[in-house]
Amino acid sequence: SRVTFSFLSVRYRPERLDHLEQKTNFSKKELQVLYRGFKNECPSGVVNEETFKSIYSQFFPHGDSSMYAHFLFEAFDTRNNGSVSFEDFVVSLSIILRGSITDKLNWAFNLYDLNKDGCITREEMTDIMHSIYDMMGKYTYPCIGDNAPMEHVDNFFQKMDKNNDGVVTIEEFLETCQRDESIMQSMHMFDSVI
Amino acid sequence: MAAGVAAWLPFARAAAIGWMPVANLPMPVAPAEKNKRQDEMIILNVSGRRFETWRNTLDRYPDTLLGSSEKEFFYNEDTKEYFFDRDPDVFRSVLNFYRTGKLHYPRYECISSYDEELAFFGIISEIIGDCCYEEYKDRKRENAERLMDDQEDNKDAKPPNMTFREAMWRAFENPHTSTMALVFYYVTGFFIAVSVITNVVETVPCGSSPNQKEVPCGERYTVAFFCMDTACVMIFTVEYLMRLFAAPSRYRFMRSVMSIIDVVAILPYYIGLVMTDNEDVSGAFVTLRVFRVFRIFKFSRHSQGLRILGYTLKSCASELGFLLFSLTMAIIIFATVMFYAEKGSSSSKFTSIPASFWYTIVTMTTLGYGDMVPKTIAGKIFGSICSLSGVLVIALPVPVIVSNFSRIYHQNQRTDKRRAQKKARLARIRIAKQGTSNAFLDSKKNGLFNEALEFTSPEEEQHLRKTTSLLENQHHHLLHCLEKTTNHEFVDEQYYQQSYLEAGLQTYPSRSPSLSSRDGATGTCCTRRSKNRHAPLQNASGPPHMEPLTHQRGLQELSTIHILPLSTSRSSLNEPASLNCRITTAIISIPTPPETTPEGDAHLPTGPAHQNVVKVSAL
Repeated sequence: SRVTFSFLSVRYRPERLDHLEQKTNFSKKELQVLYRGFKNECPSGVVNEETFKSIYSQFFPHGDSSMYAHFLFEAFDTRNNGSVSFEDFVVSLSIILRGSITDKLNWAFNLYDLNKDGCITREEMTDIMHSIYDMMGKYTYPCIGDNAPMEHVDNFFQKMDKNNDGVVTIEEFLETCQRDESIMQSMHMFDSVI
Repeated sequence: MAAGVAAWLPFARAAAIGWMPVANLPMPVAPAEKNKRQDEMIILNVSGRRFETWRNTLDRYPDTLLGSSEKEFFYNEDTKEYFFDRDPDVFRSVLNFYRTGKLHYPRYECISSYDEELAFFGIISEIIGDCCYEEYKDRKRENAERLMDDQEDNKDAKPPNMTFREAMWRAFENPHTSTMALVFYYVTGFFIAVSVITNVVETVPCGSSPNQKEVPCGERYTVAFFCMDTACVMIFTVEYLMRLFAAPSRYRFMRSVMSIIDVVAILPYYIGLVMTDNEDVSGAFVTLRVFRVFRIFKFSRHSQGLRILGYTLKSCASELGFLLFSLTMAIIIFATVMFYAEKGSSSSKFTSIPASFWYTIVTMTTLGYGDMVPKTIAGKIFGSICSLSGVLVIALPVPVIVSNFSRIYHQNQRTDKRRAQKKARLARIRIAKQGTSNAFLDSKKNGLFNEALEFTSPEEEQHLRKTTSLLENQHHHLLHCLEKTTNHEFVDEQYYQQSYLEAGLQTYPSRSPSLSSRDGATGTCCTRRSKNRHAPLQNASGPPHMEPLTHQRGLQELSTIHILPLSTSRSSLNEPASLNCRITTAIISIPTPPETTPEGDAHLPTGPAHQNVVKVSAL
């Protein structure tokens, strides 16, 4: 991947199609479709957080998805340089859509673990929960109470935190999820996305 | 959801992985993608230019022609492409809309053709991007104004069966429509002038008798002036009442500016009549006479320029308001300063702040009467600052008003010029289209003769048939069917007017010009009706003007095809001409019109004027 600087803008070219094909579990055609959509929205070849948020918000017109999009961006931006290139994009997508269950769960854990220290604290989970509820917007049935996110967090910790130390580690997370039927089933949903 | 990000839907769905582990409820079943189509390319052939795009691109907007199944109507099985017989240049913008999600309006494109293309492809114009929307709206407004102007011209065409009231209103609004209206127009104009001059002369000192001081003419010839005034007010009152009667919406008429001016112009007289007895209020009565000068505003009905001026002032109301406001502020400030500066000096004329207002106004508008001047040094300094700032404050809003006036005035000029050119343009178009209708009459004549007399030899007949295309033949057959259906015939202008003259009819036969509102929709396109001229002899020489009387919708549609084969029809005209001459001499029973023109004319085998003849429109 090369970064070419013109005096107008930074143009970023992704790796070659066959390399990407090897790196990910997508076929050539799927990569082509993905890239066309990607490049259409981000002609410069990289997505910055603003664009990322605006794209994501178009899918959720009712509520405010900026916080969740921020967390997503952090998760996608594996190299921590403030921008998501096509490789990052497609590698993450490959994990979510074509990876094994363990990979998927690992990715989800990575998303929740905001400071990437290996465990999910209550504060982190509260933030995540708030961002998810924000996406619902104001007009819901039944009305979202002020305590709903907190209750949901308590629920989560009750389910996941086996040793009750106030944090959820990756092992606890994986173990609980693999034993939960509905979570396993929902993970399979991603097989047909693309 | 914007179309561009539709491609990111898989990403959005993938991002939902963050919700799964925290969800308490099981997720719903994902929609199954049966026979998942691989993204395929489709070819759009627009008048020969091929555009290729992904099917998904077009599917982004399912409520447009290209995005829905409506495009299947245009699918060509043989070439496996979608063919559209439209403008490829405009199509570029349309297709770019699908690709980028933004609709742009190219500046060089005509606004109405662009609108038509958008309508065809089912795209609403509101989604034009911000970059092009201003331009689009401006052009659209200009076009709408032009259409409105054209429709105003249509008003000249007199609709039939107007009630007396409508006719009167029309006469008032457009004086040049009838002689009566014109007379009325000039008479009122004359009396307005007389009234104004009377008011003016009334105050001029006339010659005085030696032992009396000079008296104004008004007091010397009281009776004469009173009679004059009465006469004018009579006329104005009658005019006002007639307008009130004729107005389509009396309430709206009473609220309009012109009617208020009318009322204000005549009211003082009546009030004066009522109040002459009471001596106390005679002073007030004198003041009322001032309002008589408002009669001069009645001239604005007669003068276009005055109306433009009024309209300009109205449209610049905000600038004028700003001017007034800033002037008031400056006046108050400077008056205060001057008052306090001049307070010290003795025998100062600046006795109070309101008294200083006069000085400030006179100075700021650079009038400088000199009746009030500052005497102290401070006063003089502030006085000079006052006059300098006055120039600035007044100079600022004036260009805005001037440019507004100029724009409106020029717009008006352009409208008048366009109207003048329009008549010439339409005349030329009419002449060009004449050929097509004459083609039918010619072929009918020749066809009839062929049928009835079998005069022509087979070769000539074939020759004739060949020169008229299949399209023309079918069209003519259709017109013929219509004739048979209605038991009326199409005739030439000349013949018709000739028969009209012969019959000595005073009233025209039943004509029903269909003033369809669709004419407005097609705007200034082809068909126009000109005023029915009452002088039939106009066509005695030269090519006949096909002045249309009847308007047959069906005819119009089909006959537009004929604009193309104009050349063939013209060539076909030349050939039967020779036949024409031979035939006319041989046939005695058919009435011949006095002149035959090269364009051809129709001889009717059927009888003359008492049959209801129906004229064909200038197609």
